[in-house]
Amino acid sequence: MTLAEAPVVVATEPAPAPAAAEPPTQQGIAIICYSGELEKTWAAMILASTSASLGLPTKVFVTFWGLQTFVKSGKRITGQNWMQKMLAMMSRPGIKHRKMSKMNFLGMGPWMMFKLAKQYGVSSPAELLEVAQMMGVEFVPCQMTMDMFGLTRDDLIEGMGEPVGAATYLSYVAEGAAPIFI
Amino acid sequence: MANIVVDAKGLNCPMPIVKTAQAIKALASGQTVEVLATDAGSVKDFAAWSKTTGNELVEQTKDGGVFRFVLRKK
Repeated sequence: MTLAEAPVVVATEPAPAPAAAEPPTQQGIAIICYSGELEKTWAAMILASTSASLGLPTKVFVTFWGLQTFVKSGKRITGQNWMQKMLAMMSRPGIKHRKMSKMNFLGMGPWMMFKLAKQYGVSSPAELLEVAQMMGVEFVPCQMTMDMFGLTRDDLIEGMGEPVGAATYLSYVAEGAAPIFI
Repeated sequence: MANIVVDAKGLNCPMPIVKTAQAIKALASGQTVEVLATDAGSVKDFAAWSKTTGNELVEQTKDGGVFRFVLRKK
């Protein structure tokens, strides 16, 4: 049967009225914390704490290098196999050990940044993270990154959400949260 | 006279806003918070914060380098 021969369907009942557009259910901000660099970590923590201060429901999906930032400060080597351990060795995890993307100069760059921050009353990423968590920002780790880097939930700081995947993050956005990628 | 005072002098973005948001939680609707800040960006920021949160900016003055904001909780 060709398309032309297909029977014409005659509606016997009036079509139901199209449903009114549903209002977004998930307003607020959905940040992806992807980078583990000091400056970008700083920016993510500023936006997360400020977003909560504006009363916006705020979620931060923590993935790839961003997850290194959320490893407990006491942990030095993480991972199960030698490659995972070596990656952790090459880049020390924890929010207090972020390196700059440019001008790191073996720690001279971050040292000056922290010195300037103190001088100008800028809170550190660690302080902002604490505030953000206190204000109800939800930090959600990426399950795939945890698997790939061999991280366990015990490696991560207290108060993080259940590990999830990209679909969960995108569902926040689909439901109306504004996405920010850092 | 405000119900609560937030001294955010010397603090930079975003701490004056963050401290105010934290302080206002303890207030009842209609009560006020007075914020003192030296961050020049806070003038625009408190206007934006007020607009988004619905907490009304009822007074704004400047004395030397210190900005003073009075906000009423929604």
